[in-house]
Amino acid sequence: MTVKIFVPRDAAALALGAEKVAKAIAQEIAARGLDVKVVRNGSRGMLWLEPLVEVETDKGRVAYGPVKAADVAGLFDAGLLEGKSHNLCLGLTEEIDFLRQQTRLTFARCGITDPLSIADYRAHRGFAGLEKAIAMASADIVKQVTDSGLRGRGGAGFPTGIKWKTVMDAAGPQKYIVCNADEGDSATFADRMIMEGDPFVLIEGMTIAGIATGATKGYVYTRSEYPHAIATMTEAVEIARAAGFLGASVMGSKYAFDIEIRSGAGAYVCGEETSLLNSLEGKRGIVRAKPPLPALQGFLGRPTVVNNVISLASVPVIMDQGAEYYKNFGMGRSRGTIPIQIAGNVKHGGLYEVAFGLTLGEIVDRIGGGTATGRPVKAVQVGGPLGAYFPRALFDTPFDYESFAAKDGLIGHAGITVFDDSADMLKQARFAMEFCAIESCGKCTPCRIGSTRGVETADKIRAGIEPEKNKVLLADLCNTMKFGSLCALGGFTPYPVMSAMNHFPEDFAPTPLIEAAE
Amino acid sequence: MNIRVSAGSVTERSLEIIRDLKHLEGPMLPILHAIQAEFGYVPDEVKPVIASELNLSRAEVHGVVTFYHEFRDHPAGRHVLKLCRAEACQSMGSDRIADRARQMLGIDFHQTTLDGAVTLEAVYCLGLCACAPAAMLDGEVYGRVDEHCLSEIVAEVRR
Repeated sequence: MTVKIFVPRDAAALALGAEKVAKAIAQEIAARGLDVKVVRNGSRGMLWLEPLVEVETDKGRVAYGPVKAADVAGLFDAGLLEGKSHNLCLGLTEEIDFLRQQTRLTFARCGITDPLSIADYRAHRGFAGLEKAIAMASADIVKQVTDSGLRGRGGAGFPTGIKWKTVMDAAGPQKYIVCNADEGDSATFADRMIMEGDPFVLIEGMTIAGIATGATKGYVYTRSEYPHAIATMTEAVEIARAAGFLGASVMGSKYAFDIEIRSGAGAYVCGEETSLLNSLEGKRGIVRAKPPLPALQGFLGRPTVVNNVISLASVPVIMDQGAEYYKNFGMGRSRGTIPIQIAGNVKHGGLYEVAFGLTLGEIVDRIGGGTATGRPVKAVQVGGPLGAYFPRALFDTPFDYESFAAKDGLIGHAGITVFDDSADMLKQARFAMEFCAIESCGKCTPCRIGSTRGVETADKIRAGIEPEKNKVLLADLCNTMKFGSLCALGGFTPYPVMSAMNHFPEDFAPTPLIEAAE
Repeated sequence: MNIRVSAGSVTERSLEIIRDLKHLEGPMLPILHAIQAEFGYVPDEVKPVIASELNLSRAEVHGVVTFYHEFRDHPAGRHVLKLCRAEACQSMGSDRIADRARQMLGIDFHQTTLDGAVTLEAVYCLGLCACAPAAMLDGEVYGRVDEHCLSEIVAEVRR
């Protein structure tokens, strides 16, 4: 019987040497004349164990990791194919605590299947949601998504079903589904993992969105920093089209839907939906004023759903298992699951999908296992470069949209960057301003000019030039940016700056000047 | 990536690329990506060609090209090394790695070594945040970049 070995093709696994491991495995198989099939799967999301090699046994999949190419011959000698023990053996993959304690709905297949095998996808309930959607009235699909409580996973948290309803009700000869895959926030990689590890789920989600709203064309706007995701998505769309899941008649139904993959060009602000639409149209990625809402006048001025990858990839399970099923996870107004990305200076970094409601402390200390450097955790930034820095004192904050907003923070795209006690929070605050200056589209003055003034003011505080006055000035500047910017770039840059200043005032004290010797 | 072609053939080849792609909805970015893939940068003389094919002004085309960090106005070195400078990488000491890279290559960000071997670029997130610091060399990704890994990369590009 052919044995299956899994070696991830996820970019993070590749960055840690998965390609060399795959080559070494292929060599061993050839040299030993074994009957083995190597599957290049997505990542399971346990990044500290990558490259994670798995082998299918009659007890289940057994994991080994982190595997180096030099370990491969030894693994075969030790009985890799029978899942035998080895010092890299982690036991049954599903039994690893980090995985076992998760609730994987959106990421149910990621890391398990061959990302480009439709047969694999279907064998794991793939396209079951689409099949049900095709048999439903569009209003019922929208209702089911609304009832599920799904909110935009890109960061804004707007109810997905309501957005869809606006587009469904809008009149227009051509409507669009635009998937925002411009995942530029540091500490986030969930979109990338889905696109590389389970691209069909995104295709299915977009197709359901198309059927629900009357859109026949979809675009995936992916950032150019993700060449692997772009390649996998492009291939997946071709495969889905050839198999009749995209095209003039989706699964033989009366519905037409097709998808095109587009690449950004290194502009962070294009993750903002109106800027993304301008970019997709071929213009400068300048933010548009709202209204008009993109739902009514979006891509090329036509009704457009703009949803994040994770929002769209969560739709198939909602259609398949029902709104109730999804809604029963979570807390308060944050329903369902959230793929938390634990990153930065952390021991057990990776993707952890779980119902809303874990506390920040549980995520960082229990799941993440503290810092990679072994030093104490000083701060965690939640929600990317526009998210607030949280001190240990706020580690009891539950992970949901409202609780984080109440603490002057945001969950954003659910990325968490852990910093140890060597972090300099004034430097981080300065960086937030610097990043805003680099990436500002230039439309609003508070963002375009304010960010540069913010860098200068932080430098003055550092240099000990009227520090008290300049701290007040920085806070005032943040206030102007927060309320005077059109989009989240200028509007949210104050979050990391103010949180750093409020929670870590000691780092904003001037560096003691060393008196020059007379 | 250091491709030199005569002006006439640039215009000709650009026209082919543009005519292949202009049927798309919002064809500008796909065209610019294809132009850059072909020539290694977006040559100035291509802008009026795009403008006339897409019925835009040259200023509009120039505006789009210059808005995006990705599009170059001159060729890069034979290799492009991108180092992530965003927060997750900072938390793992990417600033030190960046300083070391500048030192080893003798150039700053957005510069190319005199021998044309490598261009150093800053990038804000490669999505490899749980295996920081991250780097990308000509589209190939590297995680947990330390001094050793960096020296290997530098040796590779200098070859």
